[in-house]
Amino acid sequence: MQLTCPLPSSGVGEIITLGHGSGGLMTHQLLQTEVFDLLHNDWLDQQHDGATFSLNGKVAFSTDSYVVSPLFFPGGNIGDLAINGTVNDLAMCGAMARYLSLSFIIEEGLEISLFREVLQHIKAAAQAAGVAIVTGDTKVVERGKGDQLFVNTSGIGHIHPRAAIHHNRIVPGDVVIVSGEIATHGMAIMSVRKGLEFETEVCSDTRPLHQMVGKLLDCFGEQIKFLRDPTRGGLASVLNEMTEATKLGVMMNEDSLPVNEQVAAACEMLGLDPLYVANEGIMVAIVSEAVAPTLLEVLRGMKGGEQAAIIGTVTKEHAGKVVLQSRIGGHRVVNFLPGEQLPRIC
Amino acid sequence: MKYISEYRDPQLVKKYLHELYRVTTRPWTLMEICGGQTHSLVKNGLLDMLPPQINMVHGPGCPVCVTSVGVLDEAMWLAQQQDVIFCSFGDMLRVPGSSQSLLHAKAAGADVRILYSPLEAVQLAIDNPSKEVVFFAVGFETTAPANALSVIQAAARGVTNYSILSSHVLVPPAMEAILGDPSNVIDGFLAAGHVCTIMGTTEYDPIALKYKVPIVVTGFEPADLLQGILMTVSQLEKGTYKVENQYARMVAREGNAMAMKAIHEVFDVSDRMWRGIGAIPDSGYEVKDVYKQYNARLKFNIHLPVREEDPDCISGDIMRGHKKPVQCPAFGGRCRPEHPLGAPMVSSEGACAAYYQYKSSVCS
Repeated sequence: MQLTCPLPSSGVGEIITLGHGSGGLMTHQLLQTEVFDLLHNDWLDQQHDGATFSLNGKVAFSTDSYVVSPLFFPGGNIGDLAINGTVNDLAMCGAMARYLSLSFIIEEGLEISLFREVLQHIKAAAQAAGVAIVTGDTKVVERGKGDQLFVNTSGIGHIHPRAAIHHNRIVPGDVVIVSGEIATHGMAIMSVRKGLEFETEVCSDTRPLHQMVGKLLDCFGEQIKFLRDPTRGGLASVLNEMTEATKLGVMMNEDSLPVNEQVAAACEMLGLDPLYVANEGIMVAIVSEAVAPTLLEVLRGMKGGEQAAIIGTVTKEHAGKVVLQSRIGGHRVVNFLPGEQLPRIC
Repeated sequence: MKYISEYRDPQLVKKYLHELYRVTTRPWTLMEICGGQTHSLVKNGLLDMLPPQINMVHGPGCPVCVTSVGVLDEAMWLAQQQDVIFCSFGDMLRVPGSSQSLLHAKAAGADVRILYSPLEAVQLAIDNPSKEVVFFAVGFETTAPANALSVIQAAARGVTNYSILSSHVLVPPAMEAILGDPSNVIDGFLAAGHVCTIMGTTEYDPIALKYKVPIVVTGFEPADLLQGILMTVSQLEKGTYKVENQYARMVAREGNAMAMKAIHEVFDVSDRMWRGIGAIPDSGYEVKDVYKQYNARLKFNIHLPVREEDPDCISGDIMRGHKKPVQCPAFGGRCRPEHPLGAPMVSSEGACAAYYQYKSSVCS
C-alpha cells in the first residue's frame, strides 16, 4: 500500500474558498490568473492600491452594485449588467464613461469556471462600451453569507459639452420619450427565476446607452432636459420621481407605450404591470416639444432605439402626479409601487 | 395577445358605453364580486366613464383580502417552524397577520418560497425529504382544484412530508351573507368569471330567484365588464332577475367537471372566518378526514390565540358596499399599501389598494 501525504492546495482550485479572499498567495494567484491576465491595461498592470490619471473639465461619478439572481439569464449576465449599468448611470448625467472600478464579493463555493465566465463577459462589455477597468477589489464571504456573486462598479466620465440635464429645466409641454420597449429585462429574469420558470424568447435588453446619449446631445444639446434609465421600479418610478421633484404632472398614453408582445403576455400571466418592471437598456428622455419629432426620428435610426416612442407630455395639471390615459380612454394615476411587485394568486 | 386585445377594443367599449347610457334611467348599485374585476375597472379608468346613476360597489372577491388574521397567524407560525419550507402564491406574502407578514418572516430567516403552482410544492417535498413542505392553499373556488390535485398527487406518490394550510373561501355563501343583511344596498351582481369557469353558473340560480337580483357572470377586460354591467342594468330596468353569462367564452353552465371532482375528492365544505366580514357558515373548504395527513392544521396541531382585527378598519362596510375606500378616515393616512390596517388594502386587487394605486390621487 502506498501512502500519500496530502498537501494543502495553494493553487487555484475548482471552487472559490475563503482562502481566495485571505489576501495571501491564493488571492494573489486568483487575481493574477483570472483577473489581471484577462483585463490587463496600463493601470491594472501596475497592481497598485488605486489608479492614477488626469481628468480635465467637468466629470460625472457614479456607483452601483449588482446582485442579480440567477447570474446568467436570457440575453445577459451579471457581468454585462455591472458594466452597462454604471456606464448608463453616467450617460444619464450626460457623461461618457471612461474609467471604471470593479469589485467582487464572492460567496465561498462559487465555481471558478463561473467566475471566469462572468469576467469574460465583463471584458467584452467593457470593450464594447470603450471603458477601462482601472482598479478593483475582491472579497470572499462564508457560504450562506452571500448569493454566489455580488459585483460593484463605480465609474467616472467626462460630461458632454452640450449637456444641460437637470429636472429644474423641465417645463409643461415638454415631451416624454422612451428609447425602446419597456419591461424586457425584468421579464427575462423572471422567466428563469427558480419556481417561476416559463418558456419565452424574451431576452434582457442590457446594453450601454452612452453612445446613443452622446449622439443625441451632439444633435440636440440643451433641448434634452432629463435623462434616466428606468431600472428597478421601472418607468413608473422614474416618472414619479420626476413629477415629485418638479411639481409638474405627466400625462401618458397607454396606447403609445412600446411593449413587446411576449413581454406583455408574460406580464398578463403573472399579474405584473410592465410600467413597474425593470429595464437595463432603455432610457427615458424629456425633451423640448420643438425637437421631439426630429429627436425621435434620430433615435429610431440608432441601434437599440428602433422602438423608441413618444409616450406622453409634461403638464401643469395634476402636479406631482403621473396619469395614464388607458386604451379605452379612461384615466388612472400611475403611483410609486409600494414594495416589491408580487405575482398574484389568480 | 389573442383573446385579450379584442376585449380592450376602444370601439367596442364605446359601443357598450353608448348603449349603457341609453338604457340607464334610474340609479342602480351593482357589485362586482371579484378583485380582478375591481382592479380592471379602476386600472382602465372605467368607473369615471359609467353613467353617473350607476354605482359600482367592490365585493369581497379578493382571496388575499378576506383571508382572516387567524389563518395568517397560522401561516406565520408554520413558516417559523424549524425544517418547514412554507410555500405560497406571491401576493399573500405582504399580507399582515396580527403581528407580521410572511415577507417579514422571510426576512427574519423563515424559509418562505413563492410558487406558482401547488404541484411544484409537492415536487419540492420530494426533493427535500428531511423538510416539511407546507403550501398555503388560499383562494376561491378558482384555485381549489390545483390545491386539491396537489394532495391527490402527494398521496398517489407516497409523499408524507407535504401538507396544505387551507383557507379556501366560496363565493355563493358570501353573496348570500351580503344579500341577507338587512342593510343590503346591492341591486345586481357581476359574478366572478374565473370562479364560474370551475363551478359553472347553476349555483347562482337559487340566489337570483330568492333575492330577486340579476347576476351576470362577467369577465375581466374592459369590454367584458361593460357588457356585464350593461346586461345587469338591462335586467334591472326590465325588472328581471336571471343568471346570465357574459363570459361564455370561458364559462360553461355546468362548469369544469374534472376540476369539481378533484375539489370534492379532497375538500369538505366548512365554516370560514372572512377578514372584514366575520364568520360565514359553509363558506370555505377544509381538507377531508381521509386526507387528514395532508392537513397542516392537524399535522402540526396548531392552536393559536384568536386575534382581533384593527378596529379602525372599515373593510366590512367597504366589502358590503356601504362605504367607498375614500370615505374611510384612515385611507391613505394610517392605512396605506405598505402599512395596511385591513383586508382591502393588503392586495393589489383589494378595493382600497386599487383606489390608492390608481385613483386616490386623482380624487384628491
